Amino acid sequence: MYPLGVYARRIVLVMTVPLTLLGLMERRPQHGYDLKRDYDTWFGRDKPLSYGQIYNTLARLTRDGKVVVSDIAPGAGPDRKQYVITGDGATEFDAWLRSPVEPEPHLQTTLFAKVTLALMLERDASGYLDRQRAAHLRRMRELTEVKRSGSLVDALLADHGLFHLEADLRWIELTTARLDQLAREVGR
Amino acid sequence: MSLLEARDLELHFGPTPALQRASLTVQAGELLAIMGPSGSGKSTLLHCLAGILVPDRGEVHFDGARIDGLNETARSPLRRDAFGFVFQFGQLVPELTAEENVALPLLLNKVGRRQAIQEARSWFPRLGLDGLEQRRSGELSGGQAQRVALARGMVARPRVLFADEPTGALDSLTGEHVMDLLVESARAHGTSVVVVTHEPRVAAYADREVVVRDGRVLAVAALS
Repeated sequence: MYPLGVYARRIVLVMTVPLTLLGLMERRPQHGYDLKRDYDTWFGRDKPLSYGQIYNTLARLTRDGKVVVSDIAPGAGPDRKQYVITGDGATEFDAWLRSPVEPEPHLQTTLFAKVTLALMLERDASGYLDRQRAAHLRRMRELTEVKRSGSLVDALLADHGLFHLEADLRWIELTTARLDQLAREVGR
Repeated sequence: MSLLEARDLELHFGPTPALQRASLTVQAGELLAIMGPSGSGKSTLLHCLAGILVPDRGEVHFDGARIDGLNETARSPLRRDAFGFVFQFGQLVPELTAEENVALPLLLNKVGRRQAIQEARSWFPRLGLDGLEQRRSGELSGGQAQRVALARGMVARPRVLFADEPTGALDSLTGEHVMDLLVESARAHGTSVVVVTHEPRVAAYADREVVVRDGRVLAVAALS
């Protein structure tokens, strides 16, 4: 199943933390503390970044020339450094932002494996699909409630989940209608 | 006790079985989705529940009374007073204005015209239809017409609202808006909703779903 937070994490994984931070710094130079706050607000709702992750990433970006440190304010504490994106950093971020994400066809899903194995072993594939449909719809109800009660950002994130679950459900319906045919094929 | 219940309904269209021992219950205030592929019998089941069709066998109970055996003269006021309807295509009366369409169930219930129109008008701002009261159905967009149909379905404060593919003719965003309003209106008035849909995103608005396949309602236990 796909809890809302998993979708956030999946998106974040694809985006990668360093590129996301570069994007936030392109908006304006930021202190580490502000970067963490912005990141957690927009992309890390379910799994905020630790300060360690933030400063390690900033250190790598600085080492690679994607970011420079400016305006070290007097006083103690690590938050006094302000990070500014460089020309190289902006170019890398821009290239990433323009390029489409690799579509993932997910041809070998668990759903497919379960149905095929159930048919091979003469188990109740139809019953499994019915239970899977109910589980998907239960999750869709939760996401629909998130949409109805949350912010626009929550709604868009929930929509991402809903459309994926809906695609699974369409596959479940189609497979249910073709179970006899599939049973003959895997039984050969 | 359930507000509405179908027990072992059977119905044939000629030699073709449309419903086969179909049973389900609807609780007061519950939103139930009936899902299933095209031709599975889900709309037929809704029509039997709403007293539009009479099953060959089986029983339909509403509010503790059996209604499948009632003759048309007795079923008609039930549909008018206790039930509301929203169909895929709003099915507004083209000769009437939007507010007259909404007022129609009240007028049929012998509510005075002034009061019926006043009550009908109160639904327009609630459904984002301000200013459209005098338009006829040909002058409304699909989403607007469906919201007018929703107001007409709810204006007499029915115990049960039957919705057959209420967003089937709408784009995703408009359909979502209509479903939001449908759920809000039903919850606000404690109205039960039975919605027939093949769209999972619509079914996800319901508290519970049943699946109809080949005229049979899948056993709930198998889905839990």
